[in-house]
Amino acid sequence: MALVEFTPQLRRFVDASSCQCEASTLREALDAAFAAQPRLRGYILDEQGHLRVNVAVFIDGRRARDPRGLSDPLRSDSRIHVLQALSGG
Amino acid sequence: MNDRAWAATRKGLFELRRRAGGWQIENLSFVADPVTMLLPPDDSGHMLAGLNLGHFGAKLHVSDDAGRSWREVAAPSFPPQPPEAEGPAWKLEQVFALERAGDAIWCGSVPGGLFVSRDGGESWRLDETLWLDPRRVQWMGGGNPAPALHSICPHPGQPQELLIGVSCGGAWRTTDGGRTWGLRAKGMRADFMPPELAGDENSQDPHLIARCRDVPDVLWCQHHCGIFRSEDNGASWTALTAQPSSFGFAVAAHPADPRTAWFVPAVKDERRIPVDGALCVTRTRDGGETFDVLRAGLPQQHCYDLVFRHGLAVDESGEQLMMGSTTGGLWASGDAGDSWQTVSAHLPPIYAVKFG
Repeated sequence: MALVEFTPQLRRFVDASSCQCEASTLREALDAAFAAQPRLRGYILDEQGHLRVNVAVFIDGRRARDPRGLSDPLRSDSRIHVLQALSGG
Repeated sequence: MNDRAWAATRKGLFELRRRAGGWQIENLSFVADPVTMLLPPDDSGHMLAGLNLGHFGAKLHVSDDAGRSWREVAAPSFPPQPPEAEGPAWKLEQVFALERAGDAIWCGSVPGGLFVSRDGGESWRLDETLWLDPRRVQWMGGGNPAPALHSICPHPGQPQELLIGVSCGGAWRTTDGGRTWGLRAKGMRADFMPPELAGDENSQDPHLIARCRDVPDVLWCQHHCGIFRSEDNGASWTALTAQPSSFGFAVAAHPADPRTAWFVPAVKDERRIPVDGALCVTRTRDGGETFDVLRAGLPQQHCYDLVFRHGLAVDESGEQLMMGSTTGGLWASGDAGDSWQTVSAHLPPIYAVKFG
């Protein structure tokens, strides 16, 4: 099972519990998390389904490479961290 | 006269109340989050606030109790972007204008979209006629990389009519609730364009457009290249000249007197500070033939406050003004700008000020 974990900064705005799921791509994993918490989607993705420019995703220690298509492949036990990029203020 | 006002700032939404001793901060919502625009409460207490969370996008919140409690609703959003679409990405960056007109609420956005809600802001629909107009992709950014739809002027008594302003995309009007649109910027001049395009209506940069409530054919525009006024509901615009500068961002139109309006001048245009470091408001009472320069109570030395386009407001009586700056200065006037009182000198950067 892949594990998706979200920055605790999100909890100020929306339920952002971690999510365990069967997923072969980043998009499938995020969709599984959003199915449980629909309002979370708009905080991570924009209306075109792209990763928000100031949100960063790491998969097993490497930054995701496809912020628009979210096609990055997952292992069966991948750990995904959804974080704030260091910007804003 | 209104006894309540609002300041939307980079670190929250401030509610202000006029008490015996002057204006005071009453309440703070969304502490530490940027609030880019608000719609003041109606008689039932229904109001909206647009947030721009730096990492997590633009959000919309509704209150049914005049700002005591809030709940998030779906923000306006663009439909799927066709691969061949030109122009800025079809992504909401910022809620930049909110206005009621009849039973509708209209929302202007960066990047230049206009949305309408018929259910109090719970759901939104993009005005596709304007968005898909081929002239729209010619719009440019002004300050933001993407165009900004910042002015929405409903027409009292004509609920299907709106005049809007876009930086940089001119002024437009609909008389049928957004089904058809026409440019409405004849007479404006854009000296930042190639000479042959200086008069192009679709290239104008109106920083803000404000309508006289009681004489709605009269509109005022603080433009990137000066001040313009229309007496024919935007069919034609006439340039006006004010001292110490005709450059600025904000304009407030007197609700009853079509000859009176206020502006906040700054040095044109890359420097964007008060002329000589001394903050003032200019006011015309004769339709723009002459301007008073109002300084009493405003900082006159080493002042670098800029007033953004939504940072100046006049109340429904035309006597009270409020003005908020980029460096967190907030001033109020109870005598049409003749004198000003400091409400606070150290708020967060102020994006918008509204009475109501």
